[in-house]
Amino acid sequence: MLTEQNSALLKKIRHGLKDYTVLIALALIWALFWVLTDGIFLKPRNISNLFRQASIISFLATGMVLVIVLGNIDLSVGSVVGFLSAVTAFLQVKVFYELMPRIFPSMEAAGHGIMSTIFTIIAVLILAAIIGVWQGSLIAYLKIPAFIVTLGGMQIFRGGVLGVTQGKTISPMESSLVSIAQGYVSNGFGWIIALIVVGVIYFTTIIGRNQKKNYGFEISAMWKDVLKATIISGIVVLYVFIMNRYRGIQIPVLILAGVALLISYISTNTRFGRYAYAVGGNLEATRLSGINIKKTIFLVHVLMGVLSGVAGIILTGYVAAGTVNAGQNYELETIASCVIGGTSLMGGKGTIIGAMVGSLIMASIVNGMSVMNMDIFWQYIVKGMVLIIAVYIDVVSNKQKS
Amino acid sequence: MSDDYILEIDNVTKEFPGVVALSDVSFNVKRGEIHGICGENGAGKSTLMKILSGVYPHDTYTGKILMDGEEIKFEKGAIRQAIEHGVSIVYQELALNAFSTVGENIYLGREPVRFGDVINWNSLYSKTKKLLDTYGLDIPFAETVGNLGVGKQQMVEIAKALSEDAKVLILDEPTSALSEFEVKMLHAILRTLKEKGVTCLYISHKLEEFFQITDTVTVFRDGRHVDTIPTAETDTDKLITMMVGREMTERFPSRSVEIGEPIFSVRDYKVLSTEHMDKTLIEKVSFDLKKGEILGIAGLMGSGRTELVTSLFGELGKQVGGRITLNGRDIDIRSARDAMNNSIGLVPEDRKTLGLILEQSVLKNISLPSMQRFSSFMRIDKNKELHESRKFAKSLRIKAPNLLVPVEKLSGGNQQKVVISKWLMTEPDILILDDPTRGIDVGAKYEIYKLMNDLVERGVSIVMISSELEEVLGMSDRIMVMCEGRSTGILPVDEATQEKIMALATAAA
Repeated sequence: MLTEQNSALLKKIRHGLKDYTVLIALALIWALFWVLTDGIFLKPRNISNLFRQASIISFLATGMVLVIVLGNIDLSVGSVVGFLSAVTAFLQVKVFYELMPRIFPSMEAAGHGIMSTIFTIIAVLILAAIIGVWQGSLIAYLKIPAFIVTLGGMQIFRGGVLGVTQGKTISPMESSLVSIAQGYVSNGFGWIIALIVVGVIYFTTIIGRNQKKNYGFEISAMWKDVLKATIISGIVVLYVFIMNRYRGIQIPVLILAGVALLISYISTNTRFGRYAYAVGGNLEATRLSGINIKKTIFLVHVLMGVLSGVAGIILTGYVAAGTVNAGQNYELETIASCVIGGTSLMGGKGTIIGAMVGSLIMASIVNGMSVMNMDIFWQYIVKGMVLIIAVYIDVVSNKQKS
Repeated sequence: MSDDYILEIDNVTKEFPGVVALSDVSFNVKRGEIHGICGENGAGKSTLMKILSGVYPHDTYTGKILMDGEEIKFEKGAIRQAIEHGVSIVYQELALNAFSTVGENIYLGREPVRFGDVINWNSLYSKTKKLLDTYGLDIPFAETVGNLGVGKQQMVEIAKALSEDAKVLILDEPTSALSEFEVKMLHAILRTLKEKGVTCLYISHKLEEFFQITDTVTVFRDGRHVDTIPTAETDTDKLITMMVGREMTERFPSRSVEIGEPIFSVRDYKVLSTEHMDKTLIEKVSFDLKKGEILGIAGLMGSGRTELVTSLFGELGKQVGGRITLNGRDIDIRSARDAMNNSIGLVPEDRKTLGLILEQSVLKNISLPSMQRFSSFMRIDKNKELHESRKFAKSLRIKAPNLLVPVEKLSGGNQQKVVISKWLMTEPDILILDDPTRGIDVGAKYEIYKLMNDLVERGVSIVMISSELEEVLGMSDRIMVMCEGRSTGILPVDEATQEKIMALATAAA
C-alpha cells in the first residue's frame, strides 16, 4: 500500500518534471553560464541583450510551431528573412528617402523619417504575405511537399537578397526603424504595462472561474488558480524590475510578447488553430470531418510569411543595415527552438510558449559562449548538436509512448 | 507432462503497473489441434499471446510455460528465440513490405546467399515455390505483395511462419479484414496445416468461426481463464455467457419504428476513380433510403461497399452518371462539408486512420466537425464545447476518466462511440456507418446496436455496411448486396438468408 502511494507520488513528480523539462534545462544553462562567466551572464545588461537577441528567432518560431504542427517544415525562413531585410533597407535608402519629401513637402525632415519607416513596414509586410501566399499555394493546392517548396525557396530568396543588395551593405537606416529593434520604453511606462498585464491575468482568472461555474463544471481549488496567476504575475514584475535596472523594457521584446500572445491565442482558441492541430494529428480524419484542410495549410504558411516579414524588419533595425548574409542559418535556429520547446516533428503537437523558451535556450547558449569569448566556430558546432539532441529527445519520448 | 499436450500453461500471472492483465491462468493446448481463444477486449488474450511469442520476456511474468514438456523461457529482446522454438505469430496488422515480392518477404533476413552477400534469387524462389506447394497455398511466388488482396497477403504471412518450421501458429484476429470467401480459404488452409501436424491458436471476435474451424475453445474474462472445452460441447450463447459473465438473451435488440417515406434516393449512380480515370469504381447502383430505416449493405471485401458510401459522402472519385436526391431535390456532394450541409454523416471504416485523431482528447475529437457551433471568427467557446460534448459522452456511455484524456487510451468500443458521438453532434438525418462493430467486443457491439435503434426511433435513417452476415440480417430493415462495384439486389430482411446474400455477393455480372 505504502509502495503504491510512493509510486503514485513518483509518477506525479516525474510527470511534473516532464512538463517543465525545458524550463529546468533553461535554469541549468543559466546557472552554468553564471558560474563560467563570473556572474556577468545574469547581470541586467546581459539579460537585456539576451532577450533582444532571442526576439528575432522567436518571431519566426511562433509561426514555425504551426508549420511543424501541420507536419510540414519551412526551410526557407532564413532566406526569406534575409530577402525582406534587404528589401526593408532598400526601401528606406533607395526609395522612400527621396520619395517622402516629395509626397509630404510641408513636413519636417524628422517626420519624413517616420513616414518612411511606416511605409516601409507596410510594404514589407504585404510582400511577406505575398511570399507566404506563393509558398502556401504550392504546398496546399499544388500538393508539392513543403520540404521541397521551401528548400527551393531557400535558394530563390537567397538569390533575391543578392539581387536587391547587389552584394553590398545598404545603410544607413532611419532612426525610427533602428529604435524598433534597439529602443527601450521608459521605466514608468514599463511599470504601467506590468500593472495592466497583472490586472488582466487576475481578471481573466476570475472570469474563467465564473464561466465554468455557470456551466456547472467542477473548478480547481481557488488557491491553485490564485497561485498560478501570482507566479505568472511575479515573473512579469520581476522581468520589468530587472530591465528597468538597465535601460527599461526592450521594444522588440514588447512587440514579441504581443505577437506571441496573439499567435498562442489563435492556436488554442480559434477554429483555424484547432484545425491546424487536427490536420497534423490525422489529415484524413480531419478531411472526413468536413474541414477545409487545404485552406488551413495555406493560411499557416501565409502566417509564416508575415511573421518572417516582422522578423526581417526587426533584424534590419537591429543591424541598422541591409546585409548580404542577413538571416543565414535562421531556419536551423528556428526549427531547433520549436523542437527544444516540445514541438513534435511528427506533427500535431507543440506550443508557442514552449518554442519561446526553446528560442531563449538557443540564444542563451550563443550569448553565454560569446560572453566567455569562445571562438565563433564553437557556436556553430554547439547549435548543430543542440538541434540533434533535441530531436533525439523527441524521438525517444515518442517511442516511450507507443 | 503428457505427450498429448504441445503447450502447458501453468499459473501464469502478468501485471502491468496498476493492472493485472493475466491472473493465474492455466490451461493446455493439445498437439495438432486448432485451439480457439475468445474473450472481450482487455480479457487478456493478446497479453498471453505476447508472452508465448516472446514479446514479454520470461522475467516479466510469473508462472511456467511448457512446450513439449519442457519449460520455455524467452529472454528480453529475443523474439527470434520464440521463432526458433517453433512459435510464430501472425498479427492483426500485416507486417509485410508491400514493395517486395512474396519470396523476398518470406525469406527476409534469411535470403540464400552466395559469394558472401549476393542473393541467390533462383534458390530463393525455388524454396518459396516448394514451400507454397507443400501447404497448398495458392499465391504467385514472385508477385509484388502490394498487388495481392488482404487475404493473400495473410497467406504470405502464414507461409513465412511455416518457412521457419512453426509448430505453433498464433493467429490474432486473422479474419477481421477478410471477406467471407477469404475466410473460407483461410479455414481450408488451417485444416491442411492441421493435417500436417501444426497446432494453431486462433483468436477471433467472430464467434461463429469457432464452430467452423476449432476443436477446442478457451474463454478468457478480465484476465482470468474461464474454461477450456471441446467446441462440440458448447454453442454461441454459452460462449457469450462465459465471455461477458452474464446471460445475453438477445444479440440484436429489437425496435419498433414507423418507417416513413423515402428521403434519400440514388439512381444509376456511376463513379470513376480520380487517379485512374478509366477505372470504374461504382456503376448501376440505385437505392432508396426511407425515414427511420436501417439499410444494410452486404458484400465481400473489394465489392465497392466502402467506395460507394465514401463517394456518396463526396470524398472519393468523380461522379459521372446518375442522380442523387434528398427530400425530392437533386443534390451534388463534392466534399465532406457538402455532405454535412445536407445532414449526412459518415462513420468511416477504420476508426484509427480515418475516424479519430488518436493523440487528441476525446473532447476535441467529438467537437471537430461541429466547431462552428461553438465559435465565432476569433473565439471558441470552450465551456459550451465541453458542455455539449459531455451530453453525448454521457448518453453514449463512453467510458473515460474524463473528456480530456487522449482518445488512444480508450478501448476499441469506446473509441467507436467517440466517432459516433462526433457525427451525432452534427445532427445528421442520414447516418452512414461503415462496419461500425469491426474489432470491438460483444458488450460494446450490443450497445452500438441499441444506439442505432434509438437513432432510427428518433427519425434518423441509417445506412450500415457490415462484414458480418449475421449482423446485417439482425439489424437491417432491407439489405442491398454489392459485387464488383454494382448493386446485385435489394432484399427485405424477412426474405433474406445468408445463402441468398452470398449468392448475390458472388454473382459477378
